Amino acid sequence: MDIAVENLSVSFGEKQVLRTLSLTFPAGSCTAVMGPSGSGKTTLLRVLMGLEKAYEGKVSGIPEKRSAVFQEDRLQDFYSALANLRLTLPGIKNETLLHELSLLGLTEADARKPARSLSGGMKRRVALARAMLADGEVLFLDEPFKGLDEKTRTQAIEFVRTHRNGRTLIAVTHDEREAEALGCTILRLEFTDSAALA
Amino acid sequence: MRSTTKNKVRLLRAGAVLLALAVWQFAAWLLGEELLLPAPATVLRRFFALLIEKDFWRTVLFSFGRITAGFLLAFLVGAVLGFAAGRFPALEHLLWPFFSLVKSVPVASFIVISLIWLSAANISVFISFLMVLPILYTNVLNGMKSAPRELLEMASLFRVPSPRRLLLVYLPALRPYLLSGCGVAIGLAWKAGVAAEIIGIPEGSIGEKFYFAKVYFATGDLFAWTAAVVCISVLFEKLFLFLLGRFYARLEKL
Repeated sequence: MDIAVENLSVSFGEKQVLRTLSLTFPAGSCTAVMGPSGSGKTTLLRVLMGLEKAYEGKVSGIPEKRSAVFQEDRLQDFYSALANLRLTLPGIKNETLLHELSLLGLTEADARKPARSLSGGMKRRVALARAMLADGEVLFLDEPFKGLDEKTRTQAIEFVRTHRNGRTLIAVTHDEREAEALGCTILRLEFTDSAALA
Repeated sequence: MRSTTKNKVRLLRAGAVLLALAVWQFAAWLLGEELLLPAPATVLRRFFALLIEKDFWRTVLFSFGRITAGFLLAFLVGAVLGFAAGRFPALEHLLWPFFSLVKSVPVASFIVISLIWLSAANISVFISFLMVLPILYTNVLNGMKSAPRELLEMASLFRVPSPRRLLLVYLPALRPYLLSGCGVAIGLAWKAGVAAEIIGIPEGSIGEKFYFAKVYFATGDLFAWTAAVVCISVLFEKLFLFLLGRFYARLEKL
Protein backbone atom coordinates (compact mmCIF):
# COMPACT_ATOMS: atom_id res chain seq x y z
CA MET A 1 0.00 0.00 0.00
CA ASP A 2 1.31 3.47 -0.89
CA ILE A 3 1.98 5.94 1.88
CA ALA A 4 0.34 9.26 1.09
CA VAL A 5 0.98 12.61 2.73
CA GLU A 6 -1.44 15.44 1.98
CA ASN A 7 -0.93 19.06 3.03
CA LEU A 8 1.19 18.10 6.00
CA SER A 9 2.10 21.01 8.27
CA VAL A 10 3.95 20.73 11.56
CA SER A 11 4.82 23.54 13.94
CA PHE A 12 6.68 23.57 17.22
CA GLY A 13 5.45 26.70 18.98
CA GLU A 14 6.22 29.64 16.73
CA LYS A 15 8.49 27.62 14.47
CA GLN A 16 6.86 25.99 11.45
CA VAL A 17 8.92 22.96 10.49
CA LEU A 18 6.85 21.51 7.65
CA ARG A 19 4.31 23.41 5.57
CA THR A 20 1.62 21.95 3.28
CA LEU A 21 3.82 19.05 2.26
CA SER A 22 2.18 16.60 -0.17
CA LEU A 23 3.88 13.49 -1.49
CA THR A 24 3.50 9.75 -2.01
CA PHE A 25 5.81 6.89 -1.13
CA PRO A 26 4.86 4.01 -3.45
CA ALA A 27 4.68 0.55 -1.85
CA GLY A 28 8.06 -1.19 -2.02
CA SER A 29 9.88 2.00 -2.97
CA CYS A 30 13.10 3.30 -1.47
CA THR A 31 13.22 7.02 -0.71
CA ALA A 32 16.14 8.96 0.70
CA VAL A 33 14.98 12.17 2.37
CA MET A 34 17.71 14.79 2.13
CA GLY A 35 17.99 18.43 3.05
CA PRO A 36 19.84 20.87 5.26
CA SER A 37 19.75 20.53 9.05
CA GLY A 38 16.47 21.79 10.47
CA SER A 39 14.57 21.26 7.23
CA GLY A 40 12.15 18.84 8.90
CA LYS A 41 13.53 15.45 7.76
CA THR A 42 13.34 13.83 11.19
CA THR A 43 9.97 15.47 11.87
CA LEU A 44 8.59 14.03 8.64
CA LEU A 45 9.90 10.60 9.60
CA ARG A 46 8.38 10.86 13.11
CA VAL A 47 5.01 11.82 11.64
CA LEU A 48 5.18 8.84 9.27
CA MET A 49 6.20 6.55 12.15
CA GLY A 50 3.12 7.71 14.05
CA LEU A 51 5.18 9.22 16.87
CA GLU A 52 4.32 12.87 16.16
CA LYS A 53 0.62 13.44 16.62
CA ALA A 54 0.43 17.25 16.54
CA TYR A 55 0.19 17.95 12.83
CA GLU A 56 -2.23 19.28 10.28
CA GLY A 57 -3.00 17.44 7.06
CA LYS A 58 -3.53 13.79 6.27
CA VAL A 59 -1.22 10.81 6.38
CA SER A 60 -2.46 7.44 5.12
CA GLY A 61 -1.18 4.00 4.27
CA ILE A 62 1.04 3.52 7.35
CA PRO A 63 0.92 -0.15 8.27
CA GLU A 64 0.72 -1.35 11.87
CA LYS A 65 4.01 -3.23 11.57
CA ARG A 66 6.83 -0.70 11.38
CA SER A 67 10.58 -0.85 11.96
CA ALA A 68 12.95 1.99 12.60
CA VAL A 69 16.44 3.20 13.26
CA PHE A 70 15.91 6.33 15.30
CA GLN A 71 18.14 9.38 15.30
CA GLU A 72 19.55 8.00 18.58
CA ASP A 73 20.41 4.30 18.95
CA ARG A 74 17.78 3.71 21.65
CA LEU A 75 19.37 0.58 23.10
CA GLN A 76 18.87 -0.42 26.74
CA ASP A 77 22.39 0.15 28.12
CA PHE A 78 21.71 -2.22 31.00
CA TYR A 79 21.56 -5.29 28.70
CA SER A 80 23.90 -6.78 26.12
CA ALA A 81 23.39 -6.07 22.44
CA LEU A 82 22.12 -9.62 22.07
CA ALA A 83 19.59 -9.24 24.90
CA ASN A 84 18.42 -5.95 23.36
CA LEU A 85 17.67 -7.77 20.12
CA ARG A 86 16.15 -10.79 21.85
CA LEU A 87 13.78 -8.70 23.94
CA THR A 88 12.63 -6.73 20.89
CA LEU A 89 12.61 -9.63 18.42
CA PRO A 90 11.47 -12.61 20.49
CA GLY A 91 10.88 -14.96 17.57
CA ILE A 92 14.51 -15.07 16.42
CA LYS A 93 17.01 -17.57 17.84
CA ASN A 94 20.29 -16.51 19.44
CA GLU A 95 22.39 -18.22 16.76
CA THR A 96 20.55 -16.36 14.02
CA LEU A 97 20.97 -13.04 15.81
CA LEU A 98 24.70 -13.67 16.32
CA HIS A 99 25.07 -14.59 12.65
CA GLU A 100 23.23 -11.45 11.55
CA LEU A 101 25.36 -9.29 13.83
CA SER A 102 28.49 -10.90 12.40
CA LEU A 103 27.38 -9.69 8.95
CA LEU A 104 27.65 -6.21 10.41
CA GLY A 105 31.17 -6.89 11.71
CA LEU A 106 30.16 -7.56 15.33
CA THR A 107 31.69 -10.57 17.06
CA GLU A 108 29.92 -12.79 19.62
CA ALA A 109 32.01 -11.15 22.33
CA ASP A 110 30.74 -7.72 21.19
CA ALA A 111 27.18 -9.01 21.14
CA ARG A 112 27.41 -10.27 24.72
CA LYS A 113 28.90 -7.06 26.15
CA PRO A 114 26.57 -4.59 27.91
CA ALA A 115 25.39 -2.09 25.33
CA ARG A 116 26.82 0.75 27.45
CA SER A 117 30.34 -0.52 26.76
CA LEU A 118 29.94 -0.60 22.97
CA SER A 119 31.31 2.16 20.76
CA GLY A 120 28.93 4.55 18.98
CA GLY A 121 29.44 2.74 15.67
CA MET A 122 28.77 -0.67 17.25
CA LYS A 123 25.57 0.58 18.87
CA ARG A 124 24.45 1.99 15.53
CA ARG A 125 24.92 -1.37 13.87
CA VAL A 126 22.95 -3.14 16.61
CA ALA A 127 20.12 -0.62 16.15
CA LEU A 128 20.28 -1.24 12.39
CA ALA A 129 20.14 -5.02 12.90
CA ARG A 130 17.09 -4.59 15.15
CA ALA A 131 15.26 -2.54 12.51
CA MET A 132 16.12 -4.81 9.61
CA LEU A 133 15.36 -8.09 11.42
CA ALA A 134 12.00 -6.91 12.77
CA ASP A 135 8.93 -7.78 10.72
CA GLY A 136 8.04 -4.18 9.89
CA GLU A 137 6.35 -3.69 6.54
CA VAL A 138 7.88 -0.22 6.27
CA LEU A 139 11.43 0.67 7.32
CA PHE A 140 12.16 4.14 8.67
CA LEU A 141 15.88 4.79 8.94
CA ASP A 142 17.06 8.11 10.38
CA GLU A 143 20.72 8.57 9.46
CA PRO A 144 21.27 4.80 9.76
CA PHE A 145 24.99 4.90 8.96
CA LYS A 146 25.87 7.77 11.29
CA GLY A 147 29.21 7.25 13.03
CA LEU A 148 30.31 4.31 10.85
CA ASP A 149 33.70 4.18 9.17
CA GLU A 150 34.06 3.41 5.46
CA LYS A 151 34.38 -0.37 5.91
CA THR A 152 31.52 -0.83 8.35
CA ARG A 153 29.36 1.59 6.35
CA THR A 154 29.80 -0.61 3.28
CA GLN A 155 28.89 -3.66 5.37
CA ALA A 156 25.86 -1.87 6.79
CA ILE A 157 24.62 -0.72 3.39
CA GLU A 158 24.97 -4.27 2.08
CA PHE A 159 23.07 -5.50 5.15
CA VAL A 160 20.18 -3.12 4.45
CA ARG A 161 20.11 -4.09 0.77
CA THR A 162 20.04 -7.83 1.47
CA HIS A 163 17.52 -7.62 4.34
CA ARG A 164 15.06 -5.18 2.82
CA ASN A 165 13.12 -7.90 1.00
CA GLY A 166 11.10 -5.49 -1.12
CA ARG A 167 9.76 -3.54 1.86
CA THR A 168 9.11 0.20 1.62
CA LEU A 169 12.16 2.04 2.91
CA ILE A 170 12.28 5.72 3.88
CA ALA A 171 15.71 6.88 5.01
CA VAL A 172 17.01 10.25 6.16
CA THR A 173 20.56 10.86 5.06
CA HIS A 174 23.02 13.67 4.38
CA ASP A 175 25.08 11.60 1.96
CA GLU A 176 24.00 11.22 -1.65
CA ARG A 177 26.34 8.22 -2.09
CA GLU A 178 24.42 6.35 0.62
CA ALA A 179 21.15 7.05 -1.19
CA GLU A 180 22.63 5.78 -4.44
CA ALA A 181 24.14 2.69 -2.81
CA LEU A 182 20.73 1.83 -1.37
CA GLY A 183 19.10 2.41 -4.75
CA CYS A 184 16.81 5.12 -3.35
CA THR A 185 15.01 7.97 -5.06
CA ILE A 186 16.11 11.25 -3.53
CA LEU A 187 13.52 13.55 -1.97
CA ARG A 188 14.93 16.96 -1.09
CA LEU A 189 13.39 19.13 1.57
CA GLU A 190 14.23 22.78 1.05
CA PHE A 191 13.49 25.85 3.12
CA THR A 192 11.04 28.39 1.81
CA ASP A 193 9.69 31.04 4.14
CA SER A 194 11.25 29.20 7.04
CA ALA A 195 9.15 26.11 6.25
CA ALA A 196 10.20 23.07 4.28
CA LEU A 197 8.90 22.06 0.87
CA ALA A 198 9.59 18.90 -1.11
CA MET B 1 42.71 3.06 43.75
CA ARG B 2 39.05 2.15 44.38
CA SER B 3 39.91 -0.34 47.13
CA THR B 4 42.12 2.29 48.81
CA THR B 5 39.16 4.68 48.91
CA LYS B 6 36.95 1.88 50.27
CA ASN B 7 39.50 1.09 52.99
CA LYS B 8 39.68 4.77 53.87
CA VAL B 9 35.89 4.93 54.22
CA ARG B 10 35.88 1.78 56.38
CA LEU B 11 38.61 3.22 58.57
CA LEU B 12 36.73 6.50 58.94
CA ARG B 13 33.52 4.67 59.86
CA ALA B 14 35.32 2.49 62.42
CA GLY B 15 36.82 5.67 63.87
CA ALA B 16 33.38 7.29 64.04
CA VAL B 17 31.96 4.25 65.90
CA LEU B 18 34.86 4.31 68.37
CA LEU B 19 34.35 8.04 68.92
CA ALA B 20 30.62 7.53 69.56
CA LEU B 21 31.40 4.74 72.04
CA ALA B 22 33.93 6.99 73.77
CA VAL B 23 31.36 9.80 74.08
CA TRP B 24 28.81 7.29 75.43
CA GLN B 25 31.34 5.91 77.95
CA PHE B 26 32.24 9.43 79.04
CA ALA B 27 28.58 10.41 79.47
CA ALA B 28 27.89 7.23 81.50
CA TRP B 29 30.91 7.92 83.71
CA LEU B 30 29.82 11.55 84.15
CA LEU B 31 26.27 10.55 85.23
CA GLY B 32 27.55 7.65 87.32
CA GLU B 33 24.11 6.06 87.39
CA GLU B 34 23.64 2.77 85.49
CA LEU B 35 19.88 3.09 85.77
CA LEU B 36 19.90 6.27 83.72
CA LEU B 37 22.67 5.44 81.29
CA PRO B 38 24.52 2.13 81.42
CA ALA B 39 28.11 2.07 80.14
CA PRO B 40 28.83 0.44 76.76
CA ALA B 41 30.61 -2.47 78.49
CA THR B 42 27.51 -3.20 80.61
CA VAL B 43 25.27 -3.19 77.56
CA LEU B 44 27.69 -5.41 75.66
CA ARG B 45 27.83 -7.87 78.57
CA ARG B 46 24.03 -7.96 78.76
CA PHE B 47 23.79 -8.31 74.96
CA PHE B 48 26.07 -11.38 74.91
CA ALA B 49 24.24 -12.82 77.90
CA LEU B 50 20.99 -12.46 75.91
CA LEU B 51 22.51 -14.23 72.91
CA ILE B 52 22.97 -17.48 74.82
CA GLU B 53 19.45 -17.43 76.24
CA LYS B 54 17.07 -19.81 74.42
CA ASP B 55 14.19 -17.38 74.88
CA PHE B 56 16.14 -14.66 73.06
CA TRP B 57 16.13 -16.53 69.76
CA ARG B 58 12.48 -17.49 70.12
CA THR B 59 11.63 -13.82 70.76
CA VAL B 60 13.72 -12.64 67.82
CA LEU B 61 12.11 -15.22 65.54
CA PHE B 62 8.62 -14.11 66.65
CA SER B 63 9.22 -10.44 65.81
CA PHE B 64 11.48 -11.08 62.81
CA GLY B 65 8.88 -13.30 61.17
CA ARG B 66 6.11 -10.77 61.56
CA ILE B 67 8.03 -7.61 60.71
CA THR B 68 9.66 -9.28 57.70
CA ALA B 69 6.27 -10.58 56.54
CA GLY B 70 4.89 -7.03 56.76
CA PHE B 71 7.86 -5.66 54.82
CA LEU B 72 7.71 -8.32 52.10
CA LEU B 73 3.97 -7.87 51.69
CA ALA B 74 4.44 -4.11 51.38
CA PHE B 75 7.28 -4.68 48.88
CA LEU B 76 4.98 -6.80 46.73
CA VAL B 77 1.89 -4.60 46.99
CA GLY B 78 3.92 -1.35 46.67
CA ALA B 79 5.69 -2.66 43.56
CA VAL B 80 2.45 -3.79 41.90
CA LEU B 81 0.57 -0.57 42.75
CA GLY B 82 3.54 1.65 41.80
CA PHE B 83 3.91 -0.17 38.49
CA ALA B 84 0.18 0.03 37.77
CA ALA B 85 0.02 3.74 38.71
CA GLY B 86 3.06 4.37 36.47
CA ARG B 87 1.24 2.80 33.54
CA PHE B 88 -2.19 4.27 34.31
CA PRO B 89 -1.91 7.81 35.76
CA ALA B 90 -5.59 7.80 36.79
CA LEU B 91 -4.71 5.18 39.40
CA GLU B 92 -2.06 7.50 40.87
CA HIS B 93 -4.75 10.14 41.44
CA LEU B 94 -7.13 7.53 42.81
CA LEU B 95 -4.54 6.31 45.34
CA TRP B 96 -3.33 9.79 46.29
CA PRO B 97 -5.72 10.32 49.26
CA PHE B 98 -4.87 6.91 50.76
CA PHE B 99 -1.12 7.38 50.56
CA SER B 100 -1.29 11.01 51.74
CA LEU B 101 -3.24 9.84 54.78
CA VAL B 102 -0.85 6.98 55.58
CA LYS B 103 2.15 9.30 55.24
CA SER B 104 0.79 12.00 57.52
CA VAL B 105 -1.04 10.09 60.28
CA PRO B 106 1.27 9.42 63.27
CA VAL B 107 2.34 5.81 63.54
CA ALA B 108 1.11 5.68 67.18
CA SER B 109 -2.44 6.49 65.99
CA PHE B 110 -2.34 3.63 63.54
CA ILE B 111 -1.06 1.29 66.23
CA VAL B 112 -3.83 2.19 68.68
CA ILE B 113 -6.52 2.04 65.99
CA SER B 114 -5.30 -1.30 64.68
CA LEU B 115 -5.30 -2.74 68.19
CA ILE B 116 -9.08 -2.40 68.02
CA TRP B 117 -9.21 -4.34 64.75
CA LEU B 118 -6.44 -6.90 65.09
CA SER B 119 -5.00 -9.27 67.65
CA ALA B 120 -1.85 -7.94 69.34
CA ALA B 121 0.16 -10.88 67.97
CA ASN B 122 -0.28 -9.70 64.38
CA ILE B 123 -0.10 -5.97 64.90
CA SER B 124 3.56 -5.68 63.85
CA VAL B 125 2.76 -7.33 60.49
CA PHE B 126 0.11 -4.72 59.75
CA ILE B 127 2.02 -1.70 61.06
CA SER B 128 5.30 -2.51 59.27
CA PHE B 129 3.26 -3.17 56.11
CA LEU B 130 1.46 0.16 56.45
CA MET B 131 4.64 2.17 57.08
CA VAL B 132 6.63 0.57 54.27
CA LEU B 133 3.91 0.56 51.61
CA PRO B 134 3.96 4.32 50.78
CA ILE B 135 7.76 4.34 50.52
CA LEU B 136 7.92 1.45 48.09
CA TYR B 137 4.88 2.64 46.16
CA THR B 138 6.35 6.15 45.76
CA ASN B 139 9.78 4.85 44.80
CA VAL B 140 8.43 2.40 42.22
CA LEU B 141 6.13 5.09 40.82
CA ASN B 142 9.06 7.53 40.52
CA GLY B 143 11.12 4.79 38.88
CA MET B 144 8.32 4.19 36.38
CA LYS B 145 8.17 7.90 35.62
CA SER B 146 11.94 7.97 35.09
CA ALA B 147 11.80 5.23 32.42
CA PRO B 148 13.38 6.71 29.27
CA ARG B 149 10.70 8.04 26.93
CA GLU B 150 12.88 7.19 23.92
CA LEU B 151 13.00 3.52 24.88
CA LEU B 152 9.26 3.43 25.51
CA GLU B 153 8.69 4.97 22.08
CA MET B 154 10.99 2.36 20.54
CA ALA B 155 9.20 -0.47 22.38
CA SER B 156 5.86 0.86 21.22
CA LEU B 157 6.99 1.14 17.59
CA PHE B 158 8.35 -2.41 17.61
CA ARG B 159 5.15 -3.55 19.36
CA VAL B 160 7.05 -5.12 22.26
CA PRO B 161 4.41 -6.81 24.47
CA SER B 162 3.94 -5.59 28.05
CA PRO B 163 5.83 -8.36 29.93
CA ARG B 164 8.88 -7.84 27.71
CA ARG B 165 8.52 -4.08 28.03
CA LEU B 166 8.75 -4.56 31.79
CA LEU B 167 12.04 -6.42 31.31
CA LEU B 168 13.40 -4.16 28.58
CA VAL B 169 12.53 -0.72 29.89
CA TYR B 170 11.01 -0.64 33.37
CA LEU B 171 13.01 -3.08 35.49
CA PRO B 172 16.38 -1.44 34.66
CA ALA B 173 14.84 2.00 35.33
CA LEU B 174 13.48 0.82 38.70
CA ARG B 175 16.83 -0.47 39.99
CA PRO B 176 18.12 2.64 41.85
CA TYR B 177 14.64 3.43 43.17
CA LEU B 178 14.13 -0.09 44.54
CA LEU B 179 17.57 -0.20 46.13
CA SER B 180 17.22 3.17 47.88
CA GLY B 181 13.57 2.55 48.78
CA CYS B 182 14.29 -0.83 50.37
CA GLY B 183 17.28 0.59 52.25
CA VAL B 184 15.01 3.16 53.92
CA ALA B 185 11.97 0.90 54.23
CA ILE B 186 13.63 -1.98 56.09
CA GLY B 187 14.84 0.30 58.88
CA LEU B 188 11.40 1.87 59.11
CA ALA B 189 9.66 -1.52 59.16
CA TRP B 190 11.69 -2.44 62.25
CA LYS B 191 11.16 0.90 63.97
CA ALA B 192 7.41 0.86 63.41
CA GLY B 193 7.03 -2.89 63.99
CA VAL B 194 8.82 -2.81 67.37
CA ALA B 195 6.92 0.35 68.36
CA ALA B 196 3.66 -1.49 67.61
CA GLU B 197 4.77 -4.42 69.76
CA ILE B 198 5.73 -2.12 72.65
CA ILE B 199 2.22 -0.64 72.61
CA GLY B 200 0.35 -3.88 71.83
CA ILE B 201 2.61 -6.08 74.04
CA PRO B 202 2.09 -9.36 72.16
CA GLU B 203 3.38 -12.31 74.18
CA GLY B 204 6.84 -13.52 73.17
CA SER B 205 7.75 -10.44 71.09
CA ILE B 206 10.73 -8.08 71.24
CA GLY B 207 8.26 -5.32 72.09
CA GLU B 208 7.18 -7.23 75.18
CA LYS B 209 10.83 -7.44 76.29
CA PHE B 210 11.15 -3.68 75.84
CA TYR B 211 7.98 -3.14 77.84
CA PHE B 212 9.12 -5.28 80.77
CA ALA B 213 12.61 -3.77 80.70
CA LYS B 214 10.96 -0.35 81.08
CA VAL B 215 8.59 -1.52 83.84
CA TYR B 216 11.42 -3.12 85.87
CA PHE B 217 13.88 -0.30 85.18
CA ALA B 218 16.25 -2.80 83.52
CA THR B 219 18.02 -0.13 81.49
CA GLY B 220 20.83 -2.53 80.54
CA ASP B 221 18.26 -4.90 79.01
CA LEU B 222 16.59 -2.00 77.23
CA PHE B 223 19.88 -1.01 75.61
CA ALA B 224 20.80 -4.64 74.86
CA TRP B 225 17.48 -5.27 73.12
CA THR B 226 17.90 -2.01 71.19
CA ALA B 227 21.32 -3.23 70.05
CA ALA B 228 19.75 -6.56 69.04
CA VAL B 229 17.06 -4.80 66.97
CA VAL B 230 19.68 -2.61 65.28
CA CYS B 231 21.80 -5.69 64.46
CA ILE B 232 18.90 -7.71 63.06
CA SER B 233 17.60 -4.76 61.05
CA VAL B 234 21.02 -3.99 59.55
CA LEU B 235 21.74 -7.66 58.79
CA PHE B 236 18.36 -8.12 57.13
CA GLU B 237 18.84 -4.91 55.14
CA LYS B 238 22.26 -6.10 53.92
CA LEU B 239 20.86 -9.53 53.01
CA PHE B 240 17.84 -8.14 51.19
CA LEU B 241 19.87 -5.58 49.24
CA PHE B 242 22.41 -8.28 48.39
CA LEU B 243 19.64 -10.51 47.01
CA LEU B 244 18.15 -7.60 45.08
CA GLY B 245 21.60 -6.84 43.67
CA ARG B 246 22.02 -10.51 42.68
CA PHE B 247 18.64 -10.43 40.94
CA TYR B 248 19.73 -7.42 38.90
CA ALA B 249 23.14 -8.98 38.16
CA ARG B 250 21.36 -12.06 36.77
CA LEU B 251 18.95 -9.89 34.83
CA GLU B 252 21.88 -8.02 33.27
CA LYS B 253 23.22 -11.32 31.92
CA LEU B 254 19.89 -12.19 30.34
